[in-house]
Amino acid sequence: MIYLDNAATTRTAPEVLEAMLPYFTENYGNPSTIYALGSAAKKAVNQARRTIAEAIGAKQEEIYFTAGGSEADNWAVKATAEAYGGKGKHIITTKIEHHAMLHTCEYLEKQGFEVTYLDVDGDGLVDVEALKAAIRPDTILISVMYGNNEIGTIEPIAEIGAVAKERGILFHTDAVQAFGQVPLNVDELHVDMLSASAHKLNGPKGIGMLYIRTGVKIRSFVHGGAQERSRRAGTENVPGIVGFGAAVERAVRTMDERIKKETELRDYLIGRIEKEIPYCRLNGHRTKRLPGNVNFAFRFIEGESMLIMLDMKGICASSGSACTSGSLDPSHVLLAIGLKHEIAHGSLRLTLSAENTKEEMDTVVEELKKIVAKLREMSPLYQDFMAKQK
Amino acid sequence: MYSEKVMDHFQNPRNVGEIENASGVGTVGNAKCGDIMRIFLDIDDNGVVRDAKFKTFGCGAAVATSSMATEMVKGKTIQEALQVTNKAVMEALDGLPPVKVHCSLLAEEAIHAALWDYAEKHHIKIEGLEKPKNDISEGEEEEQY
Ligand SMILES: Cc1ncc(COP(=O)(O)O)c(C=O)c1O
Repeated sequence: MIYLDNAATTRTAPEVLEAMLPYFTENYGNPSTIYALGSAAKKAVNQARRTIAEAIGAKQEEIYFTAGGSEADNWAVKATAEAYGGKGKHIITTKIEHHAMLHTCEYLEKQGFEVTYLDVDGDGLVDVEALKAAIRPDTILISVMYGNNEIGTIEPIAEIGAVAKERGILFHTDAVQAFGQVPLNVDELHVDMLSASAHKLNGPKGIGMLYIRTGVKIRSFVHGGAQERSRRAGTENVPGIVGFGAAVERAVRTMDERIKKETELRDYLIGRIEKEIPYCRLNGHRTKRLPGNVNFAFRFIEGESMLIMLDMKGICASSGSACTSGSLDPSHVLLAIGLKHEIAHGSLRLTLSAENTKEEMDTVVEELKKIVAKLREMSPLYQDFMAKQK
Repeated sequence: MYSEKVMDHFQNPRNVGEIENASGVGTVGNAKCGDIMRIFLDIDDNGVVRDAKFKTFGCGAAVATSSMATEMVKGKTIQEALQVTNKAVMEALDGLPPVKVHCSLLAEEAIHAALWDYAEKHHIKIEGLEKPKNDISEGEEEEQY
């Protein structure tokens, strides 16, 4: 099997699993208790919190564990709206955010908030000038993702953060795809809140965090016990938190090496596809791009067919076609960068990890060439196009 | 998600290709929505479908329904071919996931469109056949690559 869907999720690293196991077996205590069994768990939770805080240049009391990236995004936006709704009802975000952000914003619109969804350019980049122009006296939150999950484009977060800071507006970034993959520092980026999720960096699923800068007035998301400084109640997911900590520790330690390897593999794969498969288009920015992201649109063919054929060859990938999004429309991200519907239907996302090899990239290109050719042979759009070329 | 029959017809589609000087050609669907089917029919003087071929742009279900539908109309009379409904195609494929049912409708429409084209070319009227409604959006090929 060749796994090229690391943006969907990653393999839990063996050392991460190993770190977690004792917290299912012998160290099962509740961190809120006073006996030794409980304190062992509490110590482990705090250790993980410190590791994660250090990784982004934050203080440990600014890290709040959640059940993943979606919850962190929901919390950041809904609780800000609630806490600052008296000051203003305007939120600025982008058209290419994850649904965890977009659907939360749509929900808030129904509650009387106004949301500006910024356009992006053909590479998926937000225009900072357009963002400045969208700011109003009643703007209470700006939320722009760090790296896009589909096309890999990395947004100018530090620049946007500086603007938000100067205007005194809260700034949140969804760094789910970036955390653990590229260096992030909350002060350099001027972010007030940052979402992350463990399963995108070889940690377990169902655990994530929201960084909330000291001083940000944000409401509790789950009411109950005093966990997470009473802002997110509930007995901690101790094994998950320990796994998240171990994954971050590993990610920080191996980051430089992984970035180098993934970028090389990525650019090699992009280069071969562009050279060897006609009528394709790279989606996303060529250099301001997550190290492991490759996204192409192949004209005249449809994504789901490509995925099934790749799967038959043991290659796991994903697509932004309507058939794979579960709706009639192709991915909102691909439409936002200006792709026509019929071209967006033919998109393919391959997201690498440092565990992949150059030989695997070669196999993928060879299989993809055959698959694209076979589907084009079957395609009436290709037939018409070729007839016109003559 | 797909039945074994659907996977078989997707992996080994029957009747892919085109028929030169076909008796009737029908193209239905819309590239915007992600499916286009084109069915070619070769109909002999006795009104029997001698051969059927297809070209399809679409998902696994779209390819499989095209393959099955062309198999089912081969050797049939025009009236029999008209009875190859979306339900019949779906049943022959051991079912489709609910979100893919429209693919089987498209297959039925493509057959009807091809028969309509045949009727127009031969200036005849086929009992029970209405003008197909689906049409592809054309003239959007100037995208820069
Ligand atoms: C950019 C982005 N935000 C949020 C999420 C949601 O994260 P989780 O699956 O941990 O809820 C994802 C993952 O799919 C993502 O890619």
